[in-house]
Amino acid sequence: MSWEVVIGLETHAQLSTASKIFSGAPTAFGAAPNTQACAIDIALPGVLPVLNRGAVERAIRFGLAVGATINRRSVFARKNYFYPDLPKGYQISQYEIPIVQGGALTIATASGEKTVRLTRAHLEEDAGKSLHEELHGWTGIDLNRAGTPLLEIVSEPDMRGAAEAVAYARTLHALVKWIGICDGNMQEGSFRCDANVSVRPAGETRLGTRCEIKNLNSFRFLEQAIEFEVRRQIELIEDGGTVVQETRLFDPARRETRSMRTKEDAQDYRYFPDPDLPPLVVDAASIERVRRELPELPEAMKVRFERDYGLPAYDARVLTASREIAAYFETAAAELPGSAKLAANWIMGDLAAALHKANLDVVDCPVPAKELARLLKRIDDGTISGKIGKEVFDAMWEGGAAGRAEGAGKAGAIATAAVSADAIIAQRGLKQISDEGALERIVDDVLSANPSIVAEYRSGKERAFNSLVGKAMQATRGKANPAQLNAILKKKLAA
Amino acid sequence: MLAGPITEVAAALRAKRYSCVELTRELLDRIARFNPTLNAFVTVDAERALADARAADAAITAGSAQPLTGIPIAHKDILATAAMRTTCGSKMLASYASPFDADVVDRLKRAGTVLVGKTNMDEFAMGSSSETSFFGPVRNPWNDAYVPGGSSGGSAAAVAARLICGSTGTDTGGSIRQPAALSGICGLKPTYGICSRYGLVAFASSLDQAGPFAQTAGDLALLLNAMAGHDPRDSTSLDRPVEDYARALAADRGARPLAGVRIGLPREYFGKGVDADVAAAVEAALAELRALGATTVDIALANVGLAVPVYYVIAPAEASSNLSRFDGVRYGHRAAAYSDLNDMYQKTRAEGFGAEVKRRILVGTYVLSHGYYDAYYLKAQQVRRLIAEDFKRAYRSCDVIAGPTTPTAAFAIGVKTGDPVEMYLNDIFTVAANLTGAPALSLPCGFDRNGLPIGLQLQGDAFTEARLLDVAHRFQQATDWHRRVPKLATEVAR
Repeated sequence: MSWEVVIGLETHAQLSTASKIFSGAPTAFGAAPNTQACAIDIALPGVLPVLNRGAVERAIRFGLAVGATINRRSVFARKNYFYPDLPKGYQISQYEIPIVQGGALTIATASGEKTVRLTRAHLEEDAGKSLHEELHGWTGIDLNRAGTPLLEIVSEPDMRGAAEAVAYARTLHALVKWIGICDGNMQEGSFRCDANVSVRPAGETRLGTRCEIKNLNSFRFLEQAIEFEVRRQIELIEDGGTVVQETRLFDPARRETRSMRTKEDAQDYRYFPDPDLPPLVVDAASIERVRRELPELPEAMKVRFERDYGLPAYDARVLTASREIAAYFETAAAELPGSAKLAANWIMGDLAAALHKANLDVVDCPVPAKELARLLKRIDDGTISGKIGKEVFDAMWEGGAAGRAEGAGKAGAIATAAVSADAIIAQRGLKQISDEGALERIVDDVLSANPSIVAEYRSGKERAFNSLVGKAMQATRGKANPAQLNAILKKKLAA
Repeated sequence: MLAGPITEVAAALRAKRYSCVELTRELLDRIARFNPTLNAFVTVDAERALADARAADAAITAGSAQPLTGIPIAHKDILATAAMRTTCGSKMLASYASPFDADVVDRLKRAGTVLVGKTNMDEFAMGSSSETSFFGPVRNPWNDAYVPGGSSGGSAAAVAARLICGSTGTDTGGSIRQPAALSGICGLKPTYGICSRYGLVAFASSLDQAGPFAQTAGDLALLLNAMAGHDPRDSTSLDRPVEDYARALAADRGARPLAGVRIGLPREYFGKGVDADVAAAVEAALAELRALGATTVDIALANVGLAVPVYYVIAPAEASSNLSRFDGVRYGHRAAAYSDLNDMYQKTRAEGFGAEVKRRILVGTYVLSHGYYDAYYLKAQQVRRLIAEDFKRAYRSCDVIAGPTTPTAAFAIGVKTGDPVEMYLNDIFTVAANLTGAPALSLPCGFDRNGLPIGLQLQGDAFTEARLLDVAHRFQQATDWHRRVPKLATEVAR
């Protein structure tokens, strides 16, 4: 039997506010335990929550970016349960009426673009953390995280496999960073997913029983967890069993999911509207203000790149993966009228490879976009060959990196000469040799120095030609204009 | 030197007829003598009270005194104070020290008052008799076999016994007005949002409101002036222009100062169940109000009979959630021995909470449970709105609603502790004001056959505190019920 996989994701994105959602305590990561928890965060008797407007503004920004409805009135509720890292004994979250309703996200899949519908996105507070290590059998509680603002983004069950789920998560991840509401740092838990996974026979319209896999904090784990879970469910059903609705945890070491609790022991959270917080009312004017301040969104930018720069859809998507990449490309392309594709190729090729190798983000790239553009201009105008271009690029990279190291702490302190393509070309004498007479002299020398190869060529061995080109390039240390060199060599050999 | 109303004490301090230190010493002596009987205080700090008093004397001498400078007060032990422990009358918080002051505590401190101590109360404000405290029951100064009312019974008894000039209470379903009535003093529950709830340990967040106790309406006005005001730390605190609640009281409006005031009499407040002595005292008070120029008009509050059941769904629901933080993890009581996390929770809360608190947590948990929420909590909220509409309608034909604060005067200690429903019915006339958020006060208007005080309740629409205080003040100008002092209090009068 063939099976269809159905996946919906619930994603917690930590909102990038300086202070917590209901208190003035800072949200910075990595502080010593309980040093960033104030009276409100630790729920001392008599404290009250006050909503952080910055969190609301970020939720609205998200809603507008995904084309959702912003509910003009939304309600905070209490989700009641006991846990040591939940100081109040309840979590403040939006339940019946969330601030963001609906919306959709376009993702790229193997079979083209696909729209994933969003159910809702709501504001809530994070809990603290239980610490079990080095406490001699005791459990420690760190409440630094308690009260950190989260936006929980819930998708419809529109994904049909692990790859689509990962594509959705990556697109969402890129979007929340793009609009500046979340730093996207998955190691620090700023972006984590719960996956609802079920399977059904192909053609069936009713949903199968789902399992929820909690707290997946990397795209790789998300993929592995779903793949395991899908296999598990299919094998279970094919062996005559039935899937039980439950919450499962992913064990990255064993690459498998394990049951955490079944629906039967699901808690009754006794949700009710939080009487400490009046309904959240958002007026039309503030929604409009957020809309005006919204940056150009990746989808719109992708369409514009295709249209204005004549880029293929694939290039446009890659170059709009982040605002920083897109800005880098646009800065370079502005210097290269009509040659945007050359910039795209370099950014997606050599530059991306170098960044990857050095484990750098594009904002930390040692080669500024304008300097890369100057290099590409020299390739474009024939001053150097593409091959020499790579050598110049490497030199620019090294110069920039060295300058960066020297000027550490001083932004933009890179010595211009160290990353200037022209300076490097001049210094190293890399200018392409396009002088007809000079090239002819070099070819003459190569031909007279290698009579046996010439003889081979003349006896019909075509490959010997490439060997002669190589010798000529060697003699010019790669600077010979390749097209001219080929023509001259052909002419001389034919003579 | 038996302390009279705050207005008179303040004048005496300013005239240097006695110093604040002398006054405070006198009151500390009275507390030492009578508190062992009344059990009105959980904590008294003589040292810091005298330090406050010395500062007040200095301010008076320097000419920088405010209306409440040097007035000795006490706070209900549910308001957080950095200076002394905040117990909520519970074993759970028996030694809990708050690092901060509640907003109303802070405001009264800045107003120059002298903080003498913290008063006893029903555990977490759950009760109508002040019998559920971990620190033992409070006794009524008029007869120590009787309850002073609750939950703010300690604050009421302390003022009634003249152990203190004024005090704070909190009112969730009548916890200021009912003990004021049963103890023979004045108590005001302001409009919800007038006084910040920051630092008020939450019982039922949508109903809780702090307010003052004092001997007279004039004193209530002075205390409210200091306590009221917007607090950005409380999202339900109202940001409205500062009002001087005492100003209108000073005006001389002749022999018929209440001319034009329409007093609504809900037939629901004058039916069966109201003790005959209470009914007679209230009728006499209404006659006095009419003599002062007010007119009375019969009104109907069709759904007010549902106020108690609605209250006993909403208040426990909110309480069950509010009290979840007392889990033994971070502060407060924790069981000495336990086998695992759940065992720690269970033992801690079983040991830390008293029976009434547990009963309400159970009821609240039940009404919020899956499958019951709609039938109980949601329905109660709907009826709550209907009750509010009844009052809105009534205020088209009247300015103030009057009636007994409670159906009976004080009852004997122990007689109602075995029957929670009987106890809850004490709130029958008071809970509606909490459900609607509107202001209400109680003032003394007579005594029953046992010599126990009777209270008259005045209710008004939102933000009509000034009018309620004015009506009460004019009544007190013409009567002397508020001048009656329990025998115990006169024993040491000099």
